[in-house]
Amino acid sequence: MDDLWYSEYHTKDVRFSIRVTQQLYAAQSDYQRIAVYDSPEFGRFLTLDGVMMLTERDEFIYHEMMVHVPMAVNPGIRRVLVIGAGDGGVARELGKYPGIEQVDIVEIDEEVVKTCRRFLPGTACGFDDARMHLHFEDGLKFIRHTDSVYDLILVDSTDPSGPGEVLFTKEFYGNCHKALTAQGIMVNQHESPFYQEDAKAMQDAHRRIAGVFPVSEVYQAHIPTYPSGHWLFGFASKGLHPVSDQQPAQWNRLGLATRYYNTALHRGAFYLPTYVKEALAQSE
Amino acid sequence: MMDQTRAPLYEALERMKSDRLVPFDVPGHKRGRGNPALTAFLGEQCLAVDVNSMKPLDNLCHPSGVIREAEQLAAEAFGAAHAFFMVGGTTSAVQAMLLSTLKSGDEIILPRNVHQSVINALVLCGAVPVYVNPETDRRLGIALGMAMPEVRRTLAAHPAAKAILVNNPTYYGICSNLAEIVQLAHAHGLRVLADEAHGTHFYFGAGLPVSAMAAGADMAAVSMHKSGGSLTQSSLLLCGPAVNEHYVRQVINLTQTTSGSYLLMSSLDISRRNLALQGVQIFEKVKNFAAYARSEINAIGDYYAYGSELVNGDSIYDFDTTKLSVNTLGIGLAGIEVYDLLRDEYNIQIEFGDLGNILAYISVGDKTKNVERLISALAELRRLYKKDNSDMFESEYISPEVVLSPQTAFYAPKRSLPLEESIGEVCTEFVMCYPPGIPVLAPGERITRDIVDYINYAREKGCLLTGPECMDASRLNVLEKGEADG
Repeated sequence: MDDLWYSEYHTKDVRFSIRVTQQLYAAQSDYQRIAVYDSPEFGRFLTLDGVMMLTERDEFIYHEMMVHVPMAVNPGIRRVLVIGAGDGGVARELGKYPGIEQVDIVEIDEEVVKTCRRFLPGTACGFDDARMHLHFEDGLKFIRHTDSVYDLILVDSTDPSGPGEVLFTKEFYGNCHKALTAQGIMVNQHESPFYQEDAKAMQDAHRRIAGVFPVSEVYQAHIPTYPSGHWLFGFASKGLHPVSDQQPAQWNRLGLATRYYNTALHRGAFYLPTYVKEALAQSE
Repeated sequence: MMDQTRAPLYEALERMKSDRLVPFDVPGHKRGRGNPALTAFLGEQCLAVDVNSMKPLDNLCHPSGVIREAEQLAAEAFGAAHAFFMVGGTTSAVQAMLLSTLKSGDEIILPRNVHQSVINALVLCGAVPVYVNPETDRRLGIALGMAMPEVRRTLAAHPAAKAILVNNPTYYGICSNLAEIVQLAHAHGLRVLADEAHGTHFYFGAGLPVSAMAAGADMAAVSMHKSGGSLTQSSLLLCGPAVNEHYVRQVINLTQTTSGSYLLMSSLDISRRNLALQGVQIFEKVKNFAAYARSEINAIGDYYAYGSELVNGDSIYDFDTTKLSVNTLGIGLAGIEVYDLLRDEYNIQIEFGDLGNILAYISVGDKTKNVERLISALAELRRLYKKDNSDMFESEYISPEVVLSPQTAFYAPKRSLPLEESIGEVCTEFVMCYPPGIPVLAPGERITRDIVDYINYAREKGCLLTGPECMDASRLNVLEKGEADG
């Protein structure tokens, strides 16, 4: 086998590499550079602007943790807005809930969806559900025109240095607040606490969200292919608390198959390391 | 036709770099090597061309080589008979226009909403301002262009006036009927001077208001560093065919540095080339950004992002659609308050906010996602901060009473009085509300109750008041008793 490696700089002094068997696809869209590789360890994986988005091997962790945590707090969620998520993984998890009536998925780059449909059917299958409605436009623009219509907003963004930048702004979070119903929950990809630059993004996001939502908590998951492997999610709401309002019995009755999420881990995910708690408290 | 793909000054600097000339001249940083911290900050590329005049690089005070060629290319690109590279900002170009046209005691007709640099130039040359009363849009609280009947009336009342100055356009994008003003002024033997600090793009974009040179004006001060993309403080002075360029150069040299910055000058050269080659496409993009933002901001409600619907054939003869001016009174906030909130809460820095409006500067450097951020932040401000607007200041044009020429008043014996006690006195200094930097009071004008009220309100809303010796404008310098009035 050729000695081919995909490498990503997690900081300017730390590099993460995966041996690849081949590059399946590479193209420049209007917004970013899209590439798909195949690898012995992680299967196929998608990168945007040279940054790892998901691998077939570990994507279940990210997608389950983004979707099932809020769904176990308010199992009555009917209408969902998803920003980003062009790979379909979030849609696949949402599709498991019979009670969900409509999911609007707003992805700025149609090429990402096309690429995932072609190369990553394991996540893109999520789009095949008739309740999923795809909109190819700017997330900030879409949400500006909505008012009190969604029970849940999932922000599955890229890092704040790329096209996902606007999804980390105060004006975006404020518009999310406006778009949510009175019981509304927002969950967002919240970067990593470990490396300095990611930690700064985490603090900035937390400060802005806490300035908009009365409830603003952070939870964690272990995602091997993201920088440091320690990844965070934000849980913000207009009142529901992610731990004290959790409905484990109700969620377990649904009998959903998951590989990472369970209702005990749900609670554990909100118990953060001390240095993370301190960094978050500092930004409040 | 000259070859607009050339950039002679830039090319000469590239040659100088590749020749590895050994510097035993100023500047003392010697291509940056003598100042490592500055070089680390600004970059070696930048410091390497921060050089002094030398034979192959020509001399700004007496251009006969590459600067002259670059100026000729600029003149052609702008449709002017001659163009001067200016390194003291458009302020220096405005001063050169006035100082080369007017002498002490001469009258100049001008609108009140001129930039402070115009009245500063009057202090320098001793000319007397004759203000054309501009119409004010009461809803927007902004001064408009000069209406033709007012121009005619003022010309008839001041037959000895030497020049007329026109904003093309105003900061807010409003244009007067420049072509007709030129016809009328030339028929009366007046020179027409245009302040085009906000009009560089008129020379290159399609479907924009007429430029000063195309309208037949005699001189124009053009801020290349605004819509033209050159470095801050670089500017152009354009002259029509009836102007003696050699006399203008002498006037420029009265106050201009003899160490003209090659960073600034090369930025003018490169920007002119870019505009000449790409200008139409560039400003098409800017117009589209602005049009999109206008329609989205108007859809939010309560805001009014105005555009060419304002055009009334006279005091708003034309509107610059690249401008994104938004009236904020509908949400009960002054423009300056929205300006501060956007920066402090949303990390968005806009061009200015006055009492009733904001201006967001749109340019070729913008990205769609940033335009979306601006629109969304305005939507959020409305959602979070909207309040009753019945106590908002209704701005009206305050017609200045000119008692003395700006120069006479500025240099006259004076005393300092608290603002409240200065009513009725003759002011000897400027008071500007910044931004947009248009005088509230100029030297030689009577201080009135209305003016003091306006100053107090502007300060309360967070405007920066500049000009007076007393830096917070709580006191004003006024004419010593017995010095004035007659």
